[in-house]
Amino acid sequence: MSRRRHSDENDGGQAHKRRRTSEPIEIEDRLESLICRVGEKSTSSLESNLEGLAGVLEADLPNYKSKILRILCSVARLLPEKLTVYTTLVGLLNARNYNFGGEFVEAMIRQLKETLKNNLYNEAVYLVRFLSDLVNCHVIAAPSMVAMFENFVSVTQEEDVPQVRSDWFVYVVLSCLPWVGKELYEKKDVEMDRLLSQIEGYLKRRVKTHVPMLQVWTAEKPHPQEEYLDCLWAQIQKLKKDRWQERHILRPYIAFDSVLCEALQHNLPPFTPPGHMPDAQYPMPRVVFRMFDYTDAPEGPVMPGSHSVERFVIEENLHCIIKTHWKERKTCAAQLLSYPGKNKIPLNYHIVEVIFGELFQLPSPPQIDVMYTALLIELCKLQPGSLPQVLAQATEMLYMRLDTMNTACIDRLINWFSHHLSNFQFRWSWDDWSDCLTVDLDKPKPKFVKEVLEKSMRLSYHQRIVDIVPSTFSALIPAEPIFIYKYADESASSLPGYPVSITVINAIKNRASNEEILTILKEVPNPNQDDDDDEGEAFNPLKIDVFLHSLLHLAAKSFSHSFSALGKFHEILKTLTESDEGKLHILKVVYEAWRNHPQMTAVLVDKMIRTQIVDCAAVANWLFSQDMAHEFTRLYIWEILHSTIRKMNKHVQKIQKELEEAKDKLEKQQHKRRDSGEDEDMEKNSEDEEGQLEEQIERLQEKVESAQSEQKNLFLVIFQRFIMLLTEHLVRCETGSVDISTPWYKNCIERLQQIFLMHHVTIQQYMGTLENLLFTAELDHHILAVYQQFCALQL
Amino acid sequence: MSLKLNALTSDTYTDISQYRDQHFKGNRYDQEKLLKQSHTLYVGNLSFYTTEEQVHELFSKSGDVKRIIIGLDKIKKTACGFCFVEYYTRTDAENAMRFINGTRLDDRIIRTDWDAGFKEGRQYGRGKSGGQVRDEYRQDYDPARGGYGKLAQQHRSTEARNSF
Repeated sequence: MSRRRHSDENDGGQAHKRRRTSEPIEIEDRLESLICRVGEKSTSSLESNLEGLAGVLEADLPNYKSKILRILCSVARLLPEKLTVYTTLVGLLNARNYNFGGEFVEAMIRQLKETLKNNLYNEAVYLVRFLSDLVNCHVIAAPSMVAMFENFVSVTQEEDVPQVRSDWFVYVVLSCLPWVGKELYEKKDVEMDRLLSQIEGYLKRRVKTHVPMLQVWTAEKPHPQEEYLDCLWAQIQKLKKDRWQERHILRPYIAFDSVLCEALQHNLPPFTPPGHMPDAQYPMPRVVFRMFDYTDAPEGPVMPGSHSVERFVIEENLHCIIKTHWKERKTCAAQLLSYPGKNKIPLNYHIVEVIFGELFQLPSPPQIDVMYTALLIELCKLQPGSLPQVLAQATEMLYMRLDTMNTACIDRLINWFSHHLSNFQFRWSWDDWSDCLTVDLDKPKPKFVKEVLEKSMRLSYHQRIVDIVPSTFSALIPAEPIFIYKYADESASSLPGYPVSITVINAIKNRASNEEILTILKEVPNPNQDDDDDEGEAFNPLKIDVFLHSLLHLAAKSFSHSFSALGKFHEILKTLTESDEGKLHILKVVYEAWRNHPQMTAVLVDKMIRTQIVDCAAVANWLFSQDMAHEFTRLYIWEILHSTIRKMNKHVQKIQKELEEAKDKLEKQQHKRRDSGEDEDMEKNSEDEEGQLEEQIERLQEKVESAQSEQKNLFLVIFQRFIMLLTEHLVRCETGSVDISTPWYKNCIERLQQIFLMHHVTIQQYMGTLENLLFTAELDHHILAVYQQFCALQL
Repeated sequence: MSLKLNALTSDTYTDISQYRDQHFKGNRYDQEKLLKQSHTLYVGNLSFYTTEEQVHELFSKSGDVKRIIIGLDKIKKTACGFCFVEYYTRTDAENAMRFINGTRLDDRIIRTDWDAGFKEGRQYGRGKSGGQVRDEYRQDYDPARGGYGKLAQQHRSTEARNSF
């Protein structure tokens, strides 16, 4: 709220401009708003808005210079999609105030150093690009920019550094050239040629073992999944051949050329790239996702080719818009659809391609998966006449290419498509996909449809799914998700557990105590052993079966009922599952009863881990067991496994955090004691407290070590099982002279890849053990290749 | 040097709404504080037939769900069209507010809002007839929420008697 001085209100008829008395903080907010929103929602042209804003800022420089500097530095870093708008603004300010221009350049260099120090490499790219476009605005002298690029490219001569480090410096230089290539070549063509030739040499030397692990499709047709630097290099080569003519980028500074070319330029200070630090986290390599080309957009503007620089700029800008606005889906959709220059490109196709590119990105999407679903729905709402059709076309294309699509990407497609359909009454032309009915059900297409229908059922109900698909699809409809009660009727009376199950059920219904129930269970014969074990304490699978199966039957009504049952009888369950065999068997019992309801199975397993009825290793062993082999390629199995790994990781992190907090507390306590003076009583209390904290720290230390050991063991179990299964398959195929590439094999090897990719942060800690124990040179080269690709990512 | 620009950190989907629970034990400030730290969401406009399983499937898309409590008619003890979803972390709840709020479940656009935290008793509708207050007074016909609103039902039966 602005405070008005009363004397101003009675000005009479004078029409002089009175500056409203406001708090400085409001002026700063206003400046921020003016700068961030320049050009938005205005009836005047962008150029006149920029002109006006430059005037306002110039007037505010005496009082608010440092704030304006900081805002401009921030938009350079955080609004890369509006790069040329802000470089124009800086150009205009520099023309009016040379010193300000110089201070801005210095501030940007400081910010660049800081972002590099803090591993913010993606933001650093935007900063360098901003600086390079300032050459076009006559703020920075071209030769000094070339000098900076030369310093960047010289990083490729460094020895014993990760490839991802030199990759980054090359990427920065190449990615600036669409904006500033023309100007730099006009001023310094010899130097630029030398630069490009150095880059070419580096790109030829680069190791690209990592590429297969990051590709969405294994096929080269119809669109090769190119490594990102290779693609950018091809784009720059083409731009050079076109004599650096680039017509897509919006360049407001052109309109101000007469003003700007009068301005004095600044030289960039010599910039030495910071040296490699061991804890540096360079960006991961990536693969460029392409699913459309000019043949796919039937009418309207033509899609720029895959090696055109326009394609690079459009994709960059769309990615930046999503990065800026992902939290607000309506704004994000609106910003995407109002992309400048949209009338010259098939914008809907670009948007859909960029969104799917992010959704399918390996190892993981930049944002949470569900964001992309919500964003696509908003886009459909804003463009109901055109976007849904492009989306349908894209879905159709993705379906057609399922045979060569990476399994992890298929998972995401399944989840996206089913969730999307659930927002549109599950309307889809299923008949178009009836070709999937003509092949084996384990092939990718029918498998995909089956999983989509299963997920769709979870969001609705069984009969709905029966209603929405043609009757020809009945083989792909999921089973009705009901409990399979084996002691249901008289016909089950021959089963060994039948009589006790009746007793147990009645006991539970009559609210018997745990002791009473355990007594009843003592009567269960143990199929595993001789009669001379009086205690009955040994692992008795039938006992577990009778109790848990009956309990789950009573609680089958809903998740809440089942959770409540597990909670109520927690003690009994813990007793029954003390041994590893017990834990394994309890999972088996759950699966047998709920095998038609994978969702229930997953939530029960989750609950049992969280209440420590089973442990993570037991779940892993169960999933890889022979009993579950027929389910091995189903999506829900992998969702359970990854969820289990995540729980293990979170558990370790939680205890580590507790340890850190206790250590911090101890340090503070020690400081307090030192500062508190000589009071004897206080000293004694402090010492006691410290002693307690030290004990606590010791206990937590042990807890952390134990948790980390459990975590390492979990990964070892998982990798060992993979190696066993894959080796078996490979040997069998080799001896039988059969092609190894069955659908099962593709699924299994890609699932192994997925473990590495999804949990790379944790796995990094155990690389030594993995290499020494498991991924040794004796391993079949198909399996070892996965490990080597993972190492090549230098995550 | 780095500045967090207010204009760019907009995250309005996670803002607290105007709704305040009238039965909340504590003052406005306490309630707002809890809402801003909460991991629990109120979910409204559900069909009476929407199951815990469906809610779990949808809301798991933003993170692991700790607990779901289906709202019940106070008298009939049957689902009456709302529920609470509690997450283990605040971030997961925020993502639900950003990406699940305003989308469909069981063909209905559902609405999520921050909740100060589940307490026994809050799972019951507060309408006079046992369901939610909104179902007492609404005039439209909604087959997934018991047909006409309770007041409108009474009027209809009165009218029917009168006209016969």
